[in-house]
Amino acid sequence: MGEWTFIALLFIISLILPAVPIIAGRLLGPRKPNPLKNSTYECGVETVGDTWVQFKVQYYIFALVFLIFDIEVVFLYPWAVAYHQLPLFGVVAGIVFIVTLAEALIYAWRKGALEWV
Amino acid sequence: MIDFLTLTIEAAIKAALMILSLLTGFAYTTLLERRFIARIQQRVGPNRAGPWGLLQPAADGIKVIFKEDIIPNGADKVIFTLAPALTAIPALIILAVVPLGGDVNVFGYRTSLALTSTNVGVLYILAVTSISVYGITLAGWSSANKYAMLGGLRSTAQMISYELAMGLSILAPVMVVGSMSLADIIDAQKNVWLVVYQPIAGLIFIITMYAETNRAPFDLPEAEQELTAGFHTEYSGMKFAAFYMAEYMKMIGVSVIAATLFFGGYRLFGLENLLGGWMGPVILIGKVMLSLLLFVWIRATLPRFRYDRLMDFGWKVLLPIALANAAITAVLVVLDPWWYRLI
Amino acid sequence: MIGYILFGLVALVAIVSAVGMLLSTNAIHAALFLVINLICIALFYLGLNAPFLAMVQITVYAGAIMVLFLFVIMLLGAEQVTLKSQLKWQAPLAIVLAVVMIAATFLLFFNVQASGGLSPLAPISEDPRQTETFGSPYAVGEVLFGAYLLPFEMTGVLLLVAMIGAIILTRNEAGGMRDEQRAASNE
Repeated sequence: MGEWTFIALLFIISLILPAVPIIAGRLLGPRKPNPLKNSTYECGVETVGDTWVQFKVQYYIFALVFLIFDIEVVFLYPWAVAYHQLPLFGVVAGIVFIVTLAEALIYAWRKGALEWV
Repeated sequence: MIDFLTLTIEAAIKAALMILSLLTGFAYTTLLERRFIARIQQRVGPNRAGPWGLLQPAADGIKVIFKEDIIPNGADKVIFTLAPALTAIPALIILAVVPLGGDVNVFGYRTSLALTSTNVGVLYILAVTSISVYGITLAGWSSANKYAMLGGLRSTAQMISYELAMGLSILAPVMVVGSMSLADIIDAQKNVWLVVYQPIAGLIFIITMYAETNRAPFDLPEAEQELTAGFHTEYSGMKFAAFYMAEYMKMIGVSVIAATLFFGGYRLFGLENLLGGWMGPVILIGKVMLSLLLFVWIRATLPRFRYDRLMDFGWKVLLPIALANAAITAVLVVLDPWWYRLI
Repeated sequence: MIGYILFGLVALVAIVSAVGMLLSTNAIHAALFLVINLICIALFYLGLNAPFLAMVQITVYAGAIMVLFLFVIMLLGAEQVTLKSQLKWQAPLAIVLAVVMIAATFLLFFNVQASGGLSPLAPISEDPRQTETFGSPYAVGEVLFGAYLLPFEMTGVLLLVAMIGAIILTRNEAGGMRDEQRAASNE
């Protein structure tokens, strides 16, 4: 428990570092807003349309595939740590797990889900 | 209770020192980058503020603090302000579990040069890395600017793609050592660095660390020809500086982690025990400096990736190789060849 | 004592973030409140001496699943949500179910037998099941690849199925177009 309190301590101290300069910048810097200055930047012309519109679905597929592999990686860590003491059966099980997920990768690859179009 | 209080005060001092040294490191990494890149491009670089331009970071800081802080129309004000802080904090806390040196005496008080040690150190690093995506994504979204939005999305997709290869490349050394504690990983490298056992994992880690810090040749999120300045297009003043700070601190952080996982950390063939243990951090700083110079050198040398190639490289090259490397390492550790017993 | 205070603080943050998530009209804000809530759960795991679970919670839930959520919200341009419910019949049902759940929680909480003969308010360190290596990654690995090997392998297959499902669901937009292009280039 102790070690995590220290990390919490570091976290609290680390909040100060970005907060102090940003607040100081706000207090010390000039504030002369005008409509032109505050307008959204789009290479000098007025913005056309809304920013928060529908984007490419491809980003979403990558996030989904990432999620699946992320879970795999996390599962493999206890395996790696206990590796030296595991029976051979457990070792084989881990490799089977890796192969299953490699299959998933090959499937996604062949189906063109990893293609950036 | 008293014991706990002493330990807490000790940890608070260490935490403050860690953040201060990261801040100093950030300031002088910017100068190092500007001077070194100027040399590569046959220029002189900033040399007017103080001897050899050593006061340049301070001058930059003072300049930027007196700049106007603009919040564009249509931006989500709360998240727009929070995003720079959210980017900087993971960079500040990621080194909490990394030992920066061995045991030293400070005024007769024996302490270790590590904030804490935990048996899930490697997972802590992965967890903080996975959180660090938010700052840039939200900065891009909250600006209500199309360039910023695209930059934020690109950067998130890039970071999560390379995070996988990074996680798998750390898996192999963990398997060889049999522990997730970074202190154990450093101790295992007393005789031989882990990069000798795991050259492929080491190379993958080094490549992914450029992608995770959004540095050249993976600086797609701020590709100026296409996206102006990417996710921080609308940022100005101190908030812009906070993004800068986060980028350089991340560079230092991943350099320390790379040195720890693959290049012996603060150890260098027993030299770290000199000067009552104070040689350890000096050795680590030396290794980090080399890594930072490599960062700058690569930025000055390599052109930027095209986005589809970047994604292809992450998913179709790095990820399969990292997976295969993990499986091969598993088999090798079972076979236990004689060279694995040198650890 | 310190443990209780820390627990209270984290619990407060968790509840406030959960309420914030329910009440915010901006989907991105709601997602961020959910991230805070998930991190609070990770802190609870830490309090229960399970650092491995805590780190997994942050990496998978706060790091991967919530990024997916943010992507979906951003990509669909669905930032604004209306607080007006489309499903009016859900409200009474939700209240009944919530009461049942709270009652069940209390029943379990104060049923000393269920928690191994130990008062639920006792510090975690007094639990006899707490050993030196409790919750360490090594212990998790040993159990996962020993007693729970079959469920573990099934998780692998489940992830494979999830991947196939995700790709088939999104194929009409991404893959389908490419098939047409391929057909066009072949002609």
